[in-house]
Amino acid sequence: MGQQQFDPPSPLFTKPDWDFDCMRRVYDAIEEIAINDLELDIYPNQIEIISSEQMLDAYSCIGLPLMYQHWSFGKRFVRDETMYQKGLVGLAYEIVINSNPCISYNIEENSMSMQTLVMAHAAFGHNHFFKNNHLFKSWTDAAGIHDYLAFAKNFISKCEERYGFGPVEQVLDAAHALMDHGVFRYRHPPRPTALELAAIKLQREQNASQQSVLDLWADSTMNQPEDDTENEQELSARLEGLHLPQENLLYFLEKNSPILAPWQKEVLRIVRFLAQYLYPQKQTKVMNEGCACFVHYFIINRLLEKGLITNGAYMEMIHNHTNVIRQPEFNDPRFSGLNPYALGFGMMQDIKRICEKPTAEDRDWFPEFAGLGDWRNVLKDAWVNYRDESFILQFLSPKLIRKMKLFVITDDYTEEELVVSHIHNERGYRKIRKILAKSYNIAFLEPDIQVVDTDLKGDRALILRHTMHDGIFLNEKDCEKVLKHLKTLWGYDVSLEGIDRDTGGMMYTVSSP
Amino acid sequence: MHHFIDRRQNPIGKSLGNRQRFLRRARHHIKEMVDKSIMQGAIKGRSVKDIATGEKVTIPVHGIDEPSFVHSSTGGVRQRVFPGNKEFVVGDYIKRSKGDGSSDGKQASGDGEGQDEFTFTLTSEEYLELLFEGLELPNLIKKNMSNSMNIRMRRAGLVNSGTPANLNLIRTMRHSLGRRIALKRPNTTELKRINEEIGELEARDNLTADELELLERLRVRRRDMKRKRNAISFIDPVDLRYHARTPELVPSPKAVVFCLMDVSGSMQEREKELAKRFFLLLYLFLEQRYEYIEIVFIRHTQYALEVDEDTFFYGKETGGTVVSTALEKMRSIIRDRYPTNNWNIYGAQASDGENLGNDSAKCEQLLNLHLMPICQHYVYIEIIDEAQEAKLDLLKEGADLWQAYLNVKAAWPSFDMHRVAENSHIYPAFRELFAKRKVE
Repeated sequence: MGQQQFDPPSPLFTKPDWDFDCMRRVYDAIEEIAINDLELDIYPNQIEIISSEQMLDAYSCIGLPLMYQHWSFGKRFVRDETMYQKGLVGLAYEIVINSNPCISYNIEENSMSMQTLVMAHAAFGHNHFFKNNHLFKSWTDAAGIHDYLAFAKNFISKCEERYGFGPVEQVLDAAHALMDHGVFRYRHPPRPTALELAAIKLQREQNASQQSVLDLWADSTMNQPEDDTENEQELSARLEGLHLPQENLLYFLEKNSPILAPWQKEVLRIVRFLAQYLYPQKQTKVMNEGCACFVHYFIINRLLEKGLITNGAYMEMIHNHTNVIRQPEFNDPRFSGLNPYALGFGMMQDIKRICEKPTAEDRDWFPEFAGLGDWRNVLKDAWVNYRDESFILQFLSPKLIRKMKLFVITDDYTEEELVVSHIHNERGYRKIRKILAKSYNIAFLEPDIQVVDTDLKGDRALILRHTMHDGIFLNEKDCEKVLKHLKTLWGYDVSLEGIDRDTGGMMYTVSSP
Repeated sequence: MHHFIDRRQNPIGKSLGNRQRFLRRARHHIKEMVDKSIMQGAIKGRSVKDIATGEKVTIPVHGIDEPSFVHSSTGGVRQRVFPGNKEFVVGDYIKRSKGDGSSDGKQASGDGEGQDEFTFTLTSEEYLELLFEGLELPNLIKKNMSNSMNIRMRRAGLVNSGTPANLNLIRTMRHSLGRRIALKRPNTTELKRINEEIGELEARDNLTADELELLERLRVRRRDMKRKRNAISFIDPVDLRYHARTPELVPSPKAVVFCLMDVSGSMQEREKELAKRFFLLLYLFLEQRYEYIEIVFIRHTQYALEVDEDTFFYGKETGGTVVSTALEKMRSIIRDRYPTNNWNIYGAQASDGENLGNDSAKCEQLLNLHLMPICQHYVYIEIIDEAQEAKLDLLKEGADLWQAYLNVKAAWPSFDMHRVAENSHIYPAFRELFAKRKVE
């Protein structure tokens, strides 16, 4: 750190217990490093201290501070509570919410060194990622989420009062079943027309005047020209009018279901909105955690260099850090897939290394930035512009593949045995990188199911298409149940056809029971 | 720019509503398990006075699963990356592990979590509520009793002082508004208008004498208004109104349960255990309904004794059987300690149905004349031999005591009787005794 002209400052804390004064001092010290050294760009922070019971509460509501009530959250709660009481799982040290101001919950049992680590991790690492990553920027509204959640909670409880628990639960159950397919993956939703906006506003403001809203809805969505015969041109016009094919099933139902009342459509919209809000987090697990781990690791090391924390505190933090980024090997009993913390942190440390001390191999693989030295900007650019899939495809280096000893097993159902198809050698690197990247691509993880047709004038049967890849079918039992839910929302028959992506051949069809 | 918030004092149990919704959703399954648990002896070894401490229940996941469109876990071509390669080289074959691939996908886990059952703990309240769901006390509870009063806080209008948490905002603001109007406090819009007028005049260059005078007047007025606004506060301590709460005495219903049991030689360990189960259920049930409950144990052979619980169930004493002694004892205890205007009295009697010669007639008389008029409810349980299960349905037949009690039953609707032969009969018998009656 060059020549220091003054004595090293005394540590910010020496005792394990924390208090608010100490937290403030530590926060300021972390902020100094995060803003001036790492050049992070963050939302203002709001750090809340909660008890373990409150942490369990927060867990059950998918980590959101406010949530409408539904039995599935209660189920999650009793499960987590039981597991926690049995000692099967520990509680998270923190939960952080993508909002402005950025709220993080720190649990009170943390020692002062853990609070330090957690602040660096969540209030700076995650916070920076939320504020800058393009997915979050373009798909979520960090400033409005609290108001929206408050509205949603209030709306659902009003509906329960008005229509009873049963009917509300039925719609929510069905909507939750379709939640994964209630997002726009590739494009923003078509902007609502002025009429629709007015209807939405009216509906939210005065839930009472149902009838007028119903009329508005009917006018804006169902005024199709009357004609019995349909030629090709009209068919395509009809599909266009319904925005078909449509990947967002909840959106489609909300706009076109012949049987849903306005409040039910609003419920669908709430679930769809939440799904969309959470969608970027699904796509950036590795990056988000990697970014947070990289930031906390950098910060605690700087704090130690500056003499602001004791060796003891540093050891406690590093101990936890190593636990978090541990990657058990495939034959270890603790193995449960690749650890996103380990992969993300490993890759980002690796990028820093490539910038600072590249090998010849790195220069071959990453000519754009190897040896540039300016790792801050390379990382910041990655944090802004990538998601897990593209990040791995772009940045996973042979060195890290060797370090983690990654290999690929191919499981072809038609073959007797599994086969090791790629290992960490010269021929394997690119393949491994590609396959790993693909495994983080939501488009492959989740079945591609779209609404392809319905005839609102005819029998109103809804037709969905599952575009299959690699001969992988749906889970039959679940599929049947979801179709049942779909039918309650659509009101008429629903059928699903499986089409092979490559051959275009029909693989199966199922109908709602 | 940051701030810390201490949320630890916030109320916990934010998930209570979700929990209730979950219990309602899974009610069918949970109830099944609760009933099963009580029949299989969840109360074994517990003291009657022990409040049920909640139960762990395990319910099947179907019914509470959350389906979604997901890929089947088997089939097709899949490639997966693993860490920690040790000796594999390209082209190595690995045997499929057992169960993997042998099925045709139907074994795939339905909930994605690989669990078929779901275990969690019910609180004692939830447990009892489910256990006694749909049951009711057949007779109204005497509530207008003078003794035992509880103190409850009740809303009682508004007061001028209190804690900020009790502030009534609407009333406070209404008073504030009234005072401001009464004292003619210039409001913000007025002030703004004058400011604008002055601004307009000031912005112009050549003002006539009239306008200059007007400007001067406006400035004076503005000064006055500002002074007045400062003198009259927006909210004054006299405006403040708080919710008041006042303590109120409410009668708390209380009850006493008399457990009467025959401990003569014919009552063995098995019979006692069955009786205990029944008494326990009754106790828990009444406890839910009453805030305060006492329990009196009377055991009898040819004479009756009031005993503590341990002696009641585990004491070793045998002798002849004179049932009426227990009823006499009950009557004298009521006279001494439980004045009927203060107590709801419940009787529960268990016996194997054997009695001395003509004593049964005496029992009938005692009940008819002295006990039934003051009891809220009286239940008789006859524990019969497992071999005689056939007798369960033949309600008209029975020994002296049974016949005598049949007569009592005919006379008093608050009298009930039942036969049990084994553990699993207890709970259904209990439910039948306290089932909600249809209003006729």
